[in-house]
Amino acid sequence: MSTEPVLGSEGTQKHLDELAQQTNKPGRFSGLNSWWEQQPRAKQWAILLPIALLVFFLPVINPPIITTEPGNDWPLACFDMARFALVALGLNVVVGQAGLLDLGYVGFFAVGSYVAALWTSPDSSYVHIPYLWTLPLAMLVTVAFGICLGIPTLRLRGDYLAIVTLGFGEIIRLLATIIPVMRGQQGFKEVGHPPGPSDHGVPLFANNHGTPWYMLTVVIIVIVMILLGNIERSRVGRAWIAIREDEDAAEIMGVPTFKFKIWAFGTGAAIGGLSGALFAGQVGFVNNQKFDVVTSVLFLCAVILGGSGNKLGVIIGGALVSYIPLRFTSIAEYKYLIFGVALVLLMIFRSQGLIGARAHLLAYARQARARTKEIASRRRTAEPTKEAAS
Amino acid sequence: MIHPLIDSGGWISFDWSSLGQNFWSITFDGLTFGAIYALVALGYTLVYGVLNLINFAHSEVFISGAYACVFTLSALGFGPSPLEMPVIELIGCLVASCIAAMAASAVVAFLLERLAYKPLRSRNASRLAFLITAIGASFAIQYLIYLWRGATAEDSITMFIPQPVFTVFGTTVDSQQILIVVAAIVMMVCTDQFVRRTRLGRGIRAVAQDPDTATLMGVDRERIIVTTFVIGGILAGAASLFYVMKVPSGVIYNGGFILGIKAFTAAVLGGIGNIRGALVGGLLLGLIGNYGQVLLGNSQWTDVVSFVVLVLILMVRPTGLLGSDLGKVRA
Repeated sequence: MSTEPVLGSEGTQKHLDELAQQTNKPGRFSGLNSWWEQQPRAKQWAILLPIALLVFFLPVINPPIITTEPGNDWPLACFDMARFALVALGLNVVVGQAGLLDLGYVGFFAVGSYVAALWTSPDSSYVHIPYLWTLPLAMLVTVAFGICLGIPTLRLRGDYLAIVTLGFGEIIRLLATIIPVMRGQQGFKEVGHPPGPSDHGVPLFANNHGTPWYMLTVVIIVIVMILLGNIERSRVGRAWIAIREDEDAAEIMGVPTFKFKIWAFGTGAAIGGLSGALFAGQVGFVNNQKFDVVTSVLFLCAVILGGSGNKLGVIIGGALVSYIPLRFTSIAEYKYLIFGVALVLLMIFRSQGLIGARAHLLAYARQARARTKEIASRRRTAEPTKEAAS
Repeated sequence: MIHPLIDSGGWISFDWSSLGQNFWSITFDGLTFGAIYALVALGYTLVYGVLNLINFAHSEVFISGAYACVFTLSALGFGPSPLEMPVIELIGCLVASCIAAMAASAVVAFLLERLAYKPLRSRNASRLAFLITAIGASFAIQYLIYLWRGATAEDSITMFIPQPVFTVFGTTVDSQQILIVVAAIVMMVCTDQFVRRTRLGRGIRAVAQDPDTATLMGVDRERIIVTTFVIGGILAGAASLFYVMKVPSGVIYNGGFILGIKAFTAAVLGGIGNIRGALVGGLLLGLIGNYGQVLLGNSQWTDVVSFVVLVLILMVRPTGLLGSDLGKVRA
C-alpha cells in the first residue's frame, strides 16, 4: 500500500487542499511555525546550533533565576530533566504516536534499572559486564517485556491496555519487593557507570557529577530523536498515526494494526528501559522504592503537558514536570496533586498540550509539504505560483 | 507466616503443605474478600456499561467512603480495642457508619462525574481523553487525601470480635465473614433487581444499549449517568465499611488503588457490564488471590496473582465468564 499522493486526480487534489488548509490552520504558534518553515535550511541551522549548544552546556552555564540552587544541585537537576525528557520521548511513541494509553511505563523504566543493576552491581551474583553494555541489554530486555505484555492486550480495546499496563507497573514493583534475587528495599549498591578519567580518585561519572551524566543523556536524546524521526516518517510511523486517528479505518485500509501496535509498544519500552538504565547508573543505587505508579502518571503528565505526538513538545513537557518541583521547592509537596489536576484540566481545556502535534499528517518531508501547499494555492488562485515550489 | 522464599534464595517457590492444611479457612477468607471486591466491581461495571469508560477514580470513591466510615466510628467512640455494648446498639453504630460511608462515596462519585467527565462529554472528547482524565482525577483525589491525612494509615478500629458461628469441614466460620458475605450478596441482588425492574434501571439499560436511541425515546441521559455514578458510589461506600471491618489498618490515602485494580479484574473476570458477573468474578478472584497468596508465601502475591488472572482472561475470554453487556440484560 502506498500513501504517496497521486497528483493528478480530482479527489486527491481536494484532499490535498484540505490537508494544506489544516497545515495552515491558525494556532498559537502558527505565525512562528510558518515563518520557520519558510527559512532556508542554512538559516535554520544557524539559529538551531547556538540554541543546541546552550542546551548542551546548560549545567555549566547555571543561569541565575532559572537555576534550582540553593534548593537542589543544578547539574543533577539538569540530568533529572534530561531523564524525564527521554522518558517522555519514549512514552510519546506509545501515547502520542500510536494513541495507546500506557499507565505502567515506570515498569519498563524499572526493568531497565534492574538490568543495569543486576549486571554491574557487586551485590548481584550475575556475570558483570561494563556499564555501557547494559544500555543496549536493558533495551533488549524491556522490549521482550513489552512484547510479552503487548501480545495479550493489544488485540483488545485501548481501555484494557490502560488498566493492564497500570497493573504491570505495580506488579514489577511488587516482584522487585518479593522475589529474593531482586533484594527488595535492600537494593543494589554501586551500580556501574561509564568509564572516564578520574580526578583524585573520583570518577568522571560519579553519582554527584550531574554534568557528564546530563551531557551523555542529551547525546542519547538526540540520537533517539533522529532514529524516532526516521521511524515516524516511514511506513511504521504512518501506520501509527492511522491507528491513532481511527483504528477500525486503518484496519480496513489494510494496515496490520496489531503488528504496528506491537512495534509502538516495543519501541516505547526500549526507550523506557534505556532511561531506566541511565537513571540506575547516575543514582548508583537501585531498590524497589522509586518505581511506583505515581511516577508513571508523572511520565504521562509530561507527555500530555508538552503536547502528545510532538517530539519537541514532550521533551519540554518532560523537562518541565521534573523542573517545576525542583525549582519551586515550596510546592514540591503538592506536585502529584498539581499534576493530577493538571491532567484533568488539560484534557478539558487544551487536550493538545502546550505545543500540539503538527497537523500535516502525511506530508512529512519538506518537499512534500511544499508541494501540497503549492497545489492548494494553485487551486485557490487558479494560477500556478512559483514561490512555494522552491 | 512462613517465608519459604527468603532462605531458598531462588526466584519463586511453592508451599503446598500450607495450602493443604488450611484449605477451608483460606477459602472462607477468600470469599469474604471476594464479596468486597464484588461490591466495588459493581461500580466499575455499571459505569462501563453506561459510558464505556473505565472509571479509574472509582478506587478513590471507595477509599473516601472508608475514611468517612473510620471518622464516624471514632466519633462514636470506637477504637483499636472493641467496645462493650449491646448488640442492638452495635448494629445501630454500624448502620450509621455505613450510611456515612455511602454518602461520602456517593458525593465523591457525583462530584467526579460533574467536574471531570461531564465537561469532556459536552466537548465530545476522545476515549483517550476520558481515560487520562480518569487517571488524573484519581491522582488528584488521592493526593488531596494525602495532604490532609498524611502518609500514615488511620488508627485501626475494631468494631466487634468475630465470634465463631458454626463449623464446616473442621473450620469455624465466624460472624464477621457471614455478615460481610451475606450483606454483600443482598446488596448485589438489590442492585440487580433495581436495574432489571425499576424505571430508572430500564433507563440505565437503554443508555447502555444505545445512548442516542435512548435519548430519542425520552430517556434523560445525563440523569441516568449521574444515577449510575451515585449507585456505584453507594455500593463502594458499603464495600468500604466491610473493608474497614476486614482490614482495619488499610485506610490509607493510596489504599484504594490496588483494591481498585482487583475489583476491575473481578468485573472483567465476570464480564464487564454484567451485574451478576461482578458477583461471580469478585468471589472467584477473592478465592484465587487467597490461594495464590498462601501458596507463594507472601501476602503481596495476591496482587500479582490477581493481575496475572486479568491478563489470562483477556487472552482467553475477554468477554468474561458470563458475557459482557449491560444492555442485553432482560427484565
